[in-house]
Amino acid sequence: MTILDVKKITKSFGGLTAVAKASLKLEKGELVGLIGPNGAGKTTLFNLLTGIYTPDSGTISLFKDSEEIALQGLRPNKICRAGLARTFQNIRLFKDLTVLENVLIAMHKNVEYGFLQSFLHLPSYGRQEKELVDECIELLKIFNLEDKKDELAKNLPYGEQRHLEIARALATNPSLLLLDEPAAGMNPAETAELTQIIKGIREKFDLTILLIEHDMSLVMNICERIYVLDYGMVIASGTPEEIRSNKRVIEAYLGEEVNDA
Amino acid sequence: MKKLVTLGLTYAIIQILIMTNIISDYLQATLVTVCINIILAVSLNLITGFTGQFSLGHAGFMSIGAYVCAFITLRTPTIYGFLIGVFSGAIAAALIGFLVGLPTLRLRGDYLAIATLGMSEIIRIIFLNLEITNGAAGLNGIPQFVNWTWMFVFVVATVLGISNFIKSAHGRACISIREDEIAADAMGINTIKYKVTAFVIGAFCAGIAGALYASYFYFIKPDLFGFLKSVDILVIVVLGGLGSISGSILAAILLALISTYLQSFPEIRMVLYAAALIAIMIFRPQGLMGSKELSLEVLGKLGNSLKSKRGRV
Repeated sequence: MTILDVKKITKSFGGLTAVAKASLKLEKGELVGLIGPNGAGKTTLFNLLTGIYTPDSGTISLFKDSEEIALQGLRPNKICRAGLARTFQNIRLFKDLTVLENVLIAMHKNVEYGFLQSFLHLPSYGRQEKELVDECIELLKIFNLEDKKDELAKNLPYGEQRHLEIARALATNPSLLLLDEPAAGMNPAETAELTQIIKGIREKFDLTILLIEHDMSLVMNICERIYVLDYGMVIASGTPEEIRSNKRVIEAYLGEEVNDA
Repeated sequence: MKKLVTLGLTYAIIQILIMTNIISDYLQATLVTVCINIILAVSLNLITGFTGQFSLGHAGFMSIGAYVCAFITLRTPTIYGFLIGVFSGAIAAALIGFLVGLPTLRLRGDYLAIATLGMSEIIRIIFLNLEITNGAAGLNGIPQFVNWTWMFVFVVATVLGISNFIKSAHGRACISIREDEIAADAMGINTIKYKVTAFVIGAFCAGIAGALYASYFYFIKPDLFGFLKSVDILVIVVLGGLGSISGSILAAILLALISTYLQSFPEIRMVLYAAALIAIMIFRPQGLMGSKELSLEVLGKLGNSLKSKRGRV
């Protein structure tokens, strides 16, 4: 069953075409990698999917309970509510808030009480706040962050900030999770731990995951399928083995072979 | 429970001081100014300190509340007229806040500041040129209904309302916009809705403050609500700490104290006042309270640590 169907989306900034007629399709439950050299348009593609940019042309469809939702042109918060969550390449936590508050904010769509209840702190406010906090702590336990719930996000070590970003994205209860370089700046041990966590949450939350990554050990290890982007175009897709031996991919990464030396 | 007791005691002590005339009429006017400034500063703090939207138009909203309340109480000089006046003033200010906020809140930082500044100037000029507002001469003889009791009720209601709001999910949504608007949006927060909401609540409270002002000082004119008034409120907010409600309250009280004390040196009063502001900003650049809150528990802890220190010595 298809969960995300991207058809020929294009985005240009002035004369630069960052994403050119890129198409990709994700099946439910898949773990797919998106790789490509620097400046290939991977993050731009994520920004198009999550509504930070609007595509110049092309369509993005998300399928939820076999109902099709057109994502192009929707505001980011609507796209998040439709079930698509993300993390950021350069960590974008709410730095001066606590770990718990970071996750609580992402639970916003579960909040049922209105403005009046929040002004007067009526009983329904207290009841729901407690439920939300309990849910957040359950989520933080997966990342071993529950003891640090009252720390400010900016005071966490780098690796834990990355974990918190994933926890925060999960709090929005997504069906599709986009991870933008989750292992950037991590050492091999941390990357191995992250690999386990990604596998774990995928099982537990029944997720489809699309991840951008430069760490090939992570990509080749956990991704079932890989899309390769270069100059904004999808130049190859397939299983890790197919990608490893694909001539165009090698060219994109290492450059063309020069024959007449 | 402790909160209720403190609030009750504060009210009772000042009420007794007023009744026994220890707080003279002059001091009482200062007290009312402090209360009005508290409402203004706390509501601007919601917009600027918590939601992170730099607004320079707070005096504009205040003037709407003041004029609407003045009209209504001039025509129906009863206590009901006064209450209806206060709420209509607040609602009118909130409505204008909504209409102005919807287009301008797409702007960021300095641009928003200039847009809101322009808005408050437009409001002032409209009041200056209308027939019914009596132009530059202003409205006179507004019946006085505000006393310490009413003042106290309105200050407590607005401050508690706003601090409760901040501690709710809706308040957290506002704070997340200040922290990182793109991330907030990506986490499902409707950032436009919450920016406008904060703006409307802030305008509503500023309207209340304006109405109370009109009703206590029985005279208003457009000049009172100019650019400088907006800056005065912003100074209180920044001095108290962006994102601290108790900071705003403390700063409003402190500035009134400094200003009252300096009355004895009329020639160099404003120089000293400015020097005091500069000194506070040099030694506490984050404001008196930073983004922390002063609460009874914190005071209790402070007291305990002082006691234990003394015990050791």
